[in-house]
Amino acid sequence: MLPDANSSNTPVSSGLKVAALVSVGQHPKSGRPRRADQDARAVEMGIRLCGEHLSLVHAGPEGKGDIREQALRQYLGMGIKGLTILHQQEGSDALPALASHFKDQGADIILAGMRAESGEASGMLPYLLADRLGWPIVSSVADIISINENDAEILQALPRGQRRKLRVSVPFVATVDQAAQIPRQIAFGPSQRGHLKGQESIDEIDQVKSDWEETPARKRPKRLNIKKAKSAADRFKAATAKPQGEGGKIMKDESSQEKAQAILDLLVSEGIVK
Amino acid sequence: MILDWLLPLLLAIALGLMAIGAIRRVSLWRAGQAEPVNIITGLMAMPRRYLVDLHHVVARDKYMSNTHVATAGGFVLSLALIILVHLFGLDNQVLSWALLGATTLMFTGALFVFKRRTQPPQRLSKGPWMRLPKSLLVFAVTFFIVTLPAAGILPENFGGWVLAVLLTAGIIYGLGEMVFGMTWGGPMKHAFAGALHLAFHRRPERFDGGRSTGLKPVNLAADSLGVAKPKDFKWNQLLGFDACVQCGRCEAVCPAFAAGQPLNPKKLIQDMVVGLAGGTDAKYAGSPYPGVEVGQAQGSPEKIITEGLVKADTLWSCTTCRACVEECPMMIEHVDAIVDMRRFLTLEKGETPNKGAEVLENLIATDNPNGFDPQSRTNWAADQNLPLMAEVKEADVLFWVSDGAFDMRSQRILKAFVKVLKAANVNFAVLGDEERDSGDVARRLGDDATFQTLAKHNIDVMNQYRFKRIVTTDPHAFHVLKNEYGDFGGQYEVLHHTTFINELVKQGKLRLDQFKGGNVTYHDPCYLGRYNGEYDSPRELLKVLGIELKEMERSGYRSRCCGGGGGAPITDIPGERRIADMRMEDAKAVGAEVVAVGCQQCTAMLEGVVEPRPEIKDIAELVSEALIEEVH
Ligand code: SF4
Ligand code: SF4
Repeated sequence: MLPDANSSNTPVSSGLKVAALVSVGQHPKSGRPRRADQDARAVEMGIRLCGEHLSLVHAGPEGKGDIREQALRQYLGMGIKGLTILHQQEGSDALPALASHFKDQGADIILAGMRAESGEASGMLPYLLADRLGWPIVSSVADIISINENDAEILQALPRGQRRKLRVSVPFVATVDQAAQIPRQIAFGPSQRGHLKGQESIDEIDQVKSDWEETPARKRPKRLNIKKAKSAADRFKAATAKPQGEGGKIMKDESSQEKAQAILDLLVSEGIVK
Repeated sequence: MILDWLLPLLLAIALGLMAIGAIRRVSLWRAGQAEPVNIITGLMAMPRRYLVDLHHVVARDKYMSNTHVATAGGFVLSLALIILVHLFGLDNQVLSWALLGATTLMFTGALFVFKRRTQPPQRLSKGPWMRLPKSLLVFAVTFFIVTLPAAGILPENFGGWVLAVLLTAGIIYGLGEMVFGMTWGGPMKHAFAGALHLAFHRRPERFDGGRSTGLKPVNLAADSLGVAKPKDFKWNQLLGFDACVQCGRCEAVCPAFAAGQPLNPKKLIQDMVVGLAGGTDAKYAGSPYPGVEVGQAQGSPEKIITEGLVKADTLWSCTTCRACVEECPMMIEHVDAIVDMRRFLTLEKGETPNKGAEVLENLIATDNPNGFDPQSRTNWAADQNLPLMAEVKEADVLFWVSDGAFDMRSQRILKAFVKVLKAANVNFAVLGDEERDSGDVARRLGDDATFQTLAKHNIDVMNQYRFKRIVTTDPHAFHVLKNEYGDFGGQYEVLHHTTFINELVKQGKLRLDQFKGGNVTYHDPCYLGRYNGEYDSPRELLKVLGIELKEMERSGYRSRCCGGGGGAPITDIPGERRIADMRMEDAKAVGAEVVAVGCQQCTAMLEGVVEPRPEIKDIAELVSEALIEEVH
């Protein structure tokens, strides 16, 4: 069922527990619930790491028989036998439920999409979860190159197709976006036969969200960027050129202390940290 | 004479072994899934199905049909009489003379079989099939001579022991091939399996000139979906595979085979036989799948077909054009088998190749294969002022627009058809954004779940409105609405636009000018022609336009596919040529400057052929250009 788990060049050492967080996505054109694209890529990465041992976790309403269930089942259609649903009411905060789940069950790697396709979609959840668990987080992971009980070698995606190799200690949270492998096809049979395991969990109302008001986005006209290029090569250059960084500074040899101070200074000057 | 006691004994042994072989063969078929058939009706109908329906197909090759009538008729008659005369020893001159006549008839037929086999066409399998004419001759001659004394022509003890030995050898060889071989896998197996296949055919509607082309629904609640192993086929599908005579007519017409894609319908059916009986394809003596070596395939009833017997690429090469089914004298259902196996790959393994996964996901999320916003389905008609069913609730004609709505080239066809509808003052309406993809592509790609969802949604929507008939410019939607929605409660009268326009012309509702252009040929879309038997309306319409068709060699029921069906452009299995290019060669060969079509998919495929080439025009476009509009 999962041939790619073996052909993957990242044999996960036995006993490592890998989990992927999955949410109910929303198709950008039709608005219909579906497997969220980035989450599905996280699942794909998980399957390549450990085949069907990957555990899938979702926090949200139970939703038996509704279209949300069908959307979640799409993840099972990728070849995983079961999915844990941490029961919550509509509008509850997923964070405490997930944090307590992983504190109880333990995990070595948690994979997630960078940002949800509906709801707040702030992209904060993986950071807050890593913070609660006290784990490091790596964003925008393109591939996990190698992994053992202690640490993992990771390829992180940077803008304009660049990649950076990182080493991170286990356990950690990793988020994936468009740079990761596209998710495999959903097979209908397994998606319907897979098991949705409901579980009681912490159900805290998401205060921040409940204060929000949701309205459909307004289409705004886009300003076209006119490029005066004479040749195809020019146009290519214009399209791929790095924006000229202003006032930036590359710090390589300085001590961690100095680097951290520089970041903090920046955050203070931008008014983010007060 | 020694034969007096030896012949009955040999006969009894041969018949006994045949019976054992028959039981064994039947048990191989019975490994398949249950499928109810009417045994008595089937057996009673069998002779007629053989003589009328099967011969209707065989008769396309006159030489072979006469040959087969003589040989097979002579053989069946001979065998019956041999049993009476030589086994039961009925001493009756009339019977003996009749037997002489029957063996002579068989002999004559066998001579023609022999002649064809001296220079067999490429499509015929060789191997054991090459010895069959000799076996037929030996059988006929031997039993002719053996019967001479019984008929009173020669004395009892003529010829002496040399002849007796020769005759004994002939009897053993003849009975071995013709009686024993029939149920033990020799070339004569086709007679035994073929007769039962005709009796228990899975689509009995096909006999007596009927048509049955809609795919059968998958039970989505089953433990495993589609056909993974040979034993997952229905038992009478297995029986059908066993009836193949390896005549290769299917191979000769298959567009994928001709394009050098790894598919040969004859080999596929033979591989299914390997699967049901267990073993390898080493003994196969016909053309291979292009580019795939023979002898490597292995199968058994319990083994997954795509793991060693047939490559998935073979299954995905098929355009579901049905040319093979149309041509098969044994009325074997290749397309059913291929889609059954695709269903397993898509529904259980999630392995639809190339763009397949993306298209299916789009169909699920947006109801159209390209993932366009479903709310933009009617944008093409912004300037057409079309009545919407949601507003009018009722109309004479429901115009089924299909996914051509999203494609700029197809929109020209749609607009041309709307112009014709308006010119004839037809009371029609469209579903607008309520329409969804018909499910055709999803189904052919093996995703019956998505097909069923789309079908049920469409049926629910249509059930809210009142209309007399559906008309569509898309033969695929036409076929699905007409022949495949019935299983889900959608029974409609559906017409292809060429049929409908032809009707309007006959009723005098359209005034048409004459076509002014060059040579025109007409390309029959598979889903209009072979799937639904509509060959005449398009031709009548073109005639009304004053066009004298330059028919291509392969037209009508033998039309060659454009390459666009069955999701083939989506799975895109590489070959040596493109099917559309070959079809365009057909058109160029008759000097066509315009290829008239009746399908937007054909239009897309044929227009994809590099210029210079004939122009492609849908019949709706030709008609709308010829409209004489009343000036008020
Ligand atoms: S499947 Fe039919 S057409 Fe093809 S070789 Fe067999 S009998 Fe002939
Ligand atoms: S349906 Fe057409 S493409 Fe498919 S096997 Fe038959 S002849 Fe070939």
